[in-house]
Amino acid sequence: MLMQLAAIWNYLIVILLMMIGLFLVISRANLVKKLVGLSIFQTSVFLFYITLGRVSGGTAPILTDAPDTLYSNPLPHVLILTAIVVGVATTALGLALILRIKESFGTIEEDEILAAKNESAAEDLLQAKPGAEA
Amino acid sequence: MKNNPVFRVAAKILFAPIILFGLYVQFHGDFGPGGGFQAGVIIAAAFILHGLVFGLDQGRRLVSARVNLWVMAIGVLIYGGVGVFSLYQGGLFLDYTALTGSVGSGQHIGIILVELGVGVTVTSVMLALFHAFAGFVEDHS
Amino acid sequence: MNDGGLIGIFLQNLPVLVVVIPLLLAPILAIITAPRVAWVVSVAGVGSAFLAAILLQSITESIGRVTYHLGNWEPPWGIEFVVDSATSLTLVIMTGLAFLATLYARASLLAEIKHTDLGKCYAAWLLASGGLFGLVATGDAFNLFVFLEISALSSAILISMGAGADRRALSAGFNYLLIGAVGATFYVIGVGFVYAITGTLNIADLVTRIADLGGGAALYAGFGFMIAGIMVKAAVFPVHIWLPAAYGYAPSAVSSLLAAIATKAALYVLARLLFTLFAGVPDITELAVTYVIVPLSLAGIFVGTVMAIYEKDIKLLLAHSSVAQIGYIALGFGLASSASVAASFVHICNHALIKGGLFMAVGGFVAALSSRANLASFVGIGRRMPITATAFTVCGLSLAGLPLTAGFISKLYLVRAILAEDAYVIAALVLLSSALSLIYLWKIIEVMWMQPVPAKSPNLVENPAIYLPIWVVALANIWFGVDASWLVAASRAAAAALLGGGL
Repeated sequence: MLMQLAAIWNYLIVILLMMIGLFLVISRANLVKKLVGLSIFQTSVFLFYITLGRVSGGTAPILTDAPDTLYSNPLPHVLILTAIVVGVATTALGLALILRIKESFGTIEEDEILAAKNESAAEDLLQAKPGAEA
Repeated sequence: MKNNPVFRVAAKILFAPIILFGLYVQFHGDFGPGGGFQAGVIIAAAFILHGLVFGLDQGRRLVSARVNLWVMAIGVLIYGGVGVFSLYQGGLFLDYTALTGSVGSGQHIGIILVELGVGVTVTSVMLALFHAFAGFVEDHS
Repeated sequence: MNDGGLIGIFLQNLPVLVVVIPLLLAPILAIITAPRVAWVVSVAGVGSAFLAAILLQSITESIGRVTYHLGNWEPPWGIEFVVDSATSLTLVIMTGLAFLATLYARASLLAEIKHTDLGKCYAAWLLASGGLFGLVATGDAFNLFVFLEISALSSAILISMGAGADRRALSAGFNYLLIGAVGATFYVIGVGFVYAITGTLNIADLVTRIADLGGGAALYAGFGFMIAGIMVKAAVFPVHIWLPAAYGYAPSAVSSLLAAIATKAALYVLARLLFTLFAGVPDITELAVTYVIVPLSLAGIFVGTVMAIYEKDIKLLLAHSSVAQIGYIALGFGLASSASVAASFVHICNHALIKGGLFMAVGGFVAALSSRANLASFVGIGRRMPITATAFTVCGLSLAGLPLTAGFISKLYLVRAILAEDAYVIAALVLLSSALSLIYLWKIIEVMWMQPVPAKSPNLVENPAIYLPIWVVALANIWFGVDASWLVAASRAAAAALLGGGL
């Protein structure tokens, strides 16, 4: 059993990173920590694809002139390039939103933001009562 | 940081070689690891190093926000333009063979142009991100 | 060169032009940010996509299936776009509603967004529309993820643009981004498992290889992850959390666009995965559909309706009701019979019309009131803004499912399909939830029309620029309520294409 687990050690690392990332996204109140967790989660997926592409005994998937070389699968590498760029864009957009949230709410802790939002909601209902003025 | 002689000299010496290496990675993408994304980030790193060491004002003078925006859009339009041009030539979208009519030269020029578009866009986007984040406090206060 | 000139090129490349025209016009709008030019370009872009979708629908009605090989690479090595009856119906609905929303957007966005941000908003608008059209048209599993992310990122930008009016839009946009990214990453994990065991990413090729495999742990894991990821984007019950705040605080034109087309695309992909891609492993799809999709969609219907009953802010109320309507569509897919899938497609069209129209009308109210629309500020608004309010009421009655409106047709077909499956409990639950939705609808109508206008309220000016799109949508609601023959025929063809097993 231990030998079988040791044989798939790369997938165990993928699962470990995935769970760490998801845990951070769900449990942390700080918005930047949530984004970091998302980043770790996405990195684990990149590792997953690339370890999938490894062919045992294969070399890097760069064309050489030697005939009969066994290459690892290049397609996962290409897929992950795209996914990395998507991850960068998501992180950048998330950080930009966090900057605006900090500027507008004054905090980046989710519980404090929730409290501020509930206050705004209560204010809305008070303000809009048409007979409330005067 | 520009008062520290080590940073200043290192940034000045490294600026050009980083861009050169970025161009090497860009053109190597045809038949080795490399290509538009990686080269774009490397070239942007040179400009970001300059901006970090010499200050955001110098960085913005080197590459202004307007130039960055135009370069970003032009990169995407180069990529899309290759696709639309192959439509115009009678092929399918992004059919490189239809660009020149022959398989060899068409594929080659198609890949180079597409990677160029990607590299240019990624460079300008990374630089724009750096300028936006680094300049956020000054711009908004 | 091409014979037939530009028109010939347009007609021969329809599947790709539906997606590419909006996407490629977006960077142009990043440079040219003048609002009027940006609006004209957006209308032109989405309008040409609408035209292409209509032509595609007429083609699939005659020959059934159109494939397009990008880059002239043969599938499965290359990426292809596949348009069959289900795809073309969804595309027509989505492009049509996007076109109407873009026509409406000029007046509404002017009122709600800073003048200098308008150009960027239209660029993001085109990216979101193009990305969503591509999500539906593509025939490659990883290309689907790319379009999913294009549409998610640009939709997050569009939602956060509401920060000018209400800062809660920023938090809503961030949550949408975070939860959407987690969902899309789940989908990618699923694609990884499926790719590992089959070796291909092309959907048509996957169908045959999965059928050959017939099962296996990797396949089941991939299925689970892909379905879970798509359910997040489709806002099916437990993972719908991002939807109320996102649609509630976004600018009204954005709410109208996203409510009409964004979740519909994800629901279409869900149906594709369940019925076409994994048709070769019917034991696991039946398990998923019976024990996951049907119960969760029923839960979503009730949670959405009950939250809407207690909600006082109009846009949040409409967003909660969207969750319930998505539940109806998912329920139709979950029952997995030809009649129920056809009913779901009918409701995809009708709900897009209903919610699109409702959010457009609310945008008109918000622009006139210059404050958030809630039950208190709505008092007597029927008399103060009669034209907009009548359109709102027509779409609202359609939402509740009154006869002669589009909503009635979809509820009719759905309940008929449920009864044909002998699922009497589910039919009773659907009718009960319809009755409950009358509660919140009546609340709004009563406040709008039957309460006297308060003495000191300012005069409200209606904006005639929005009359055309709002009334086209409201009249479409009545049209599809009276004569739904084309829609029902197209939905039946779509269900046949989906369930027939071929892609």
